[in-house]
Formats: sequence, C-alpha cells, structure tokens
Amino acid sequence: MRSFSAITAALLVAGAVGATEIPQAERRSGYSFMKPDTRAMQDEDTANPGMLWVLDGEALWKRKSGAAEKACADCHGDISTSMKGIAARYPAFDNATGRPIDLEQRINSCRANHQQATPLPFESRELLALAAFVARQSQGVPIETGADPQLAPFIAKGRELYMQRQGQLNLGCTNCHDDNWDKRLAGSAITQGHPTGYPLYRLEWQSLGSLQRRLRACITGIRAQAYDYGAPELVELELYLMSRAREMPMETPAVRP
Amino acid sequence: MASALINVPAKAKRGDIIEIKTLMSHIMETGYRHTATGEVVPRDIITSFTCRFNGAEIFRADLFPAISANPFITFFTTVTQSGKFEFEWIGDKGFSETASASITVE
Repeated sequence: MRSFSAITAALLVAGAVGATEIPQAERRSGYSFMKPDTRAMQDEDTANPGMLWVLDGEALWKRKSGAAEKACADCHGDISTSMKGIAARYPAFDNATGRPIDLEQRINSCRANHQQATPLPFESRELLALAAFVARQSQGVPIETGADPQLAPFIAKGRELYMQRQGQLNLGCTNCHDDNWDKRLAGSAITQGHPTGYPLYRLEWQSLGSLQRRLRACITGIRAQAYDYGAPELVELELYLMSRAREMPMETPAVRP
Repeated sequence: MASALINVPAKAKRGDIIEIKTLMSHIMETGYRHTATGEVVPRDIITSFTCRFNGAEIFRADLFPAISANPFITFFTTVTQSGKFEFEWIGDKGFSETASASITVE
C-alpha cells in the first residue's frame, strides 16, 4: 500500500510538471526491457510461439474462402513481396469509410469485398493468424505509419486520448509511458508503449493478441470503461502509437511477458 | 490447426551433444477454470510427449495441468549415427500429433 501511494505521489508530481515526449534517440522497444530468456524466445523462430499463428496464417492465406471462391494468394500472389512493409504502414487511411483502419480491419474488409466471405471476429485465431502472417513479412522494416497527410486529424485525436486523464485512477497513457517508463509497476517494467511487434505473443495471455486487446487491458487497468473492439477511439490510439514509433523496426510476432 | 515447430540440427559429428527443441500448439486448458455461468471448463491438456530415434525411445515426459499453453520442450542427446527423430504428443479428447526430423552424422 505504501509503495502504491509512493507511485501515485510520483505520478502526481510528474503530472504537475507536465507530460514530456520521449526524444527520438531515447526510444526503446519493449524488447529491451525483457529478460534474456524472453528475448531468446522471440529471437528464434522455432522457440517463438507466435510462429504457430504465422504457420496457421500461411495455411489460411492459401485457402479459398467465401462466395467468390478466392484465396488471399489468388490476388496478392507471393506474400514475401506483396506484403513486405505493408503492416509497417498500418493503421492506414481507408477511402471507403474515410477513416483510418488497422490491419485486422483491412483483412476483414478484403474478405467482405473481394472474397465475399463473412468477417472474422476480433481476436479469433483465424484473424490473428492472418494478421501475424502478413505483419511477419515486415519484420525488421522501419515503421512508416502516419506518413499519409489525410491521417493528421486522426493522429491528433489519438494523441489527445493518449494525453487525457481518465478512469477511477485518473491516469492518461502519457503519465506512465512518457513520464515513468524507466520505473516499475508491481515488479514489471512500465515500458514506453511502442507497438512494434503486434500481433504478439504475451506469456500472460498464453496466446497471440492484438494491439486492441493490449489497449483494452491497459484502459481497464486505469479503471476506465474500455472501448469495444473496432471502436474508432481504439484505432486512433493505435494510429497515434504507431506514428509515435515511426522508424523503429517491426518485430512481429514479438514475445512479451 | 494444430502444428509443431521442431529444431534439430541437420548435421552433427559423431558423439556430439545436440539440443532438440520442440514447440506444440495446444491450449492446455487446466480443468480448474469456470465459465461466467459457473460451469467447469473441461480439462484439455497434452498428457504425454515422446521422442524416438530410429524407433527406440530416447525421451519421454508426462505433462500436467500447470504447464503453460503451447508447451516448449527441449532436451539434449548424444548422436552416434544418422537417423530420424520421431516426436509424438498425446492428450485429452483424443489429441494426437506427430512430427519428425532427420539428422546426418558425419
């Protein structure tokens, strides 16, 4: 309890000083906060459980689906060339809806429009597998999200949400991930919140999960009402975080504790 | 969509100690959890893992509910001849998966 009030006090002080953004040179991936064991797990494809979803994604990529009887591969061809660097640009502006959409939503929109198939539910094994297989092709590619000028107002909205104090603990994302990333919370590293490896395998989840799942968990953690999967607010937050991590290399499928 | 990831060196020198790594896709449901309505989620785990080399068993492990999802099992062995490793996972609800990998000993 004592340490909790100390944290609260530290956060209040930090809040009073005002949120400071992390300088480019000091940005660190969540990977650099991990123990050597967990890093080794991510580094080796045969030890990284995220690769199980990538393998499933490969099978789904080739499988014909929907009324159009088409597989992803029928249009997109060789994934290693057609999808290289794509995930590093998401969330991206979608002309049809006039809004940013994330990779999972893009996969579902492609399913609906080109395969005439039913959209896959958020966090379903199939959707995560396809997203992981697509994002895996961008491993090592620097993040470019937000380069499109049409995204500017949505990045601004995402940033506003990131800075906004909310919930019963009255915390904004920035209070931990900009101001206190070098400290610990209940024994765990706080980290800077750069979403470089999604969808990623969290040991706590014992599963692969999306950035939206992670954000919802964090929002519940500050005891605020989490947005539903696919909510515009979550996508804007994803967009801001990805643009904040610009130029950092993609790690999908990452492993995190 | 169960699948396994196996890491066995393709080549080794006679008498070398090699590390074998296996990762199997499985939810490892403990049987101790309840749904929102209070019903027990039935146990669904891998109960046994076996590795055979050229037909002879060289490693066996029993698995229990406390083992994490997607169990990662690694072990060491000494190689004396070229041959084939065969892996087998057996579990609840009739779960049965196999995989194999060959090694050339020089």
